[in-house]
Amino acid sequence: MSDLGSAPAPAVSGADHVRGDPGGPLVVFYGDYTCPRCAQAHDRLRDARLRLAFRHFAIAAKHPRAVPLACAAEAAARQGRFWEFHDSLFEDAAHTDDPHLWERARALGLDVERFERDRRDEAVVAIVRAQTRAGMRAGIAETPTLMIDRTMLPGIPPLDLADQLTG
Amino acid sequence: MTVIEAGTSVPEFTLATEDGGAFARGDLLGATSVLVFYPFAFSPVCSDQLTLYEEVLGDLAERGATLYAISTDARWSQAAFKEKLGSSVQQLSDFEPKGATARAFGVLHDGGFTQRAIVTVDPDGVVKWSYQAPSPGDLPGTNLIFDGLEA
Repeated sequence: MSDLGSAPAPAVSGADHVRGDPGGPLVVFYGDYTCPRCAQAHDRLRDARLRLAFRHFAIAAKHPRAVPLACAAEAAARQGRFWEFHDSLFEDAAHTDDPHLWERARALGLDVERFERDRRDEAVVAIVRAQTRAGMRAGIAETPTLMIDRTMLPGIPPLDLADQLTG
Repeated sequence: MTVIEAGTSVPEFTLATEDGGAFARGDLLGATSVLVFYPFAFSPVCSDQLTLYEEVLGDLAERGATLYAISTDARWSQAAFKEKLGSSVQQLSDFEPKGATARAFGVLHDGGFTQRAIVTVDPDGVVKWSYQAPSPGDLPGTNLIFDGLEA
């Protein structure tokens, strides 16, 4: 019986997907590729002067593609192309059926057969589930939610977030 | 008005089930219940809340707990809401007399609708834990439900 009581979010580690300015403030973005507000958050954060980590908060009851798309991104990660796939999911949210995912994988030069196996791999599903449940334990209830220094900020971030954080 | 406190015996109440039957205090006895009071069917925060909680129904069942969703909406509105969400949470209507159960639990908003609150009841009909969100617009995380079960 798993514990879903309150617990702090895990610290960012080598297991996380992180990009951006290594000297910038660390922001952890809990998101869902089917969430329109997350797509707006992605727009605002993508080129901001931040060190950005992304974690899945994929709720199956919210949208039937929430978990499959998160698994697809993790499958792309196994071939070293997480961020490119992640960006494409937010930037072309109207095309996320399986054939669209295969086309994306092909365009990124991935081994599509391996991508297809990996996105259905129990270990990949477990990553998405673990991140989502850890987010729940940390008190996350909606997407997008940003975690900055252990403080949770639900909702679309302001345009000048990086400026606010760097003073 | 404040949400009913832990240690208090659940008051007598009657709510309407989806098929028009009655759900009363006696129906809570014998098992742990999580009563989720929410303001309005189809509103954004309420929709997000019930889809989020759907994710942990299995975990609640493992702990012998059942979650019920309660609002002052009519049972037909709740049924349509449940269908739209694809939710499996049982809805209980506090429509007639409006807000009577919410009032009895201390969670009736001055506007005449249920506050956003959670009340966990033990198998003996005693409140085990209770929580009211700071405002109807705040969405309590699932972590609070499980904290309440361990309280």
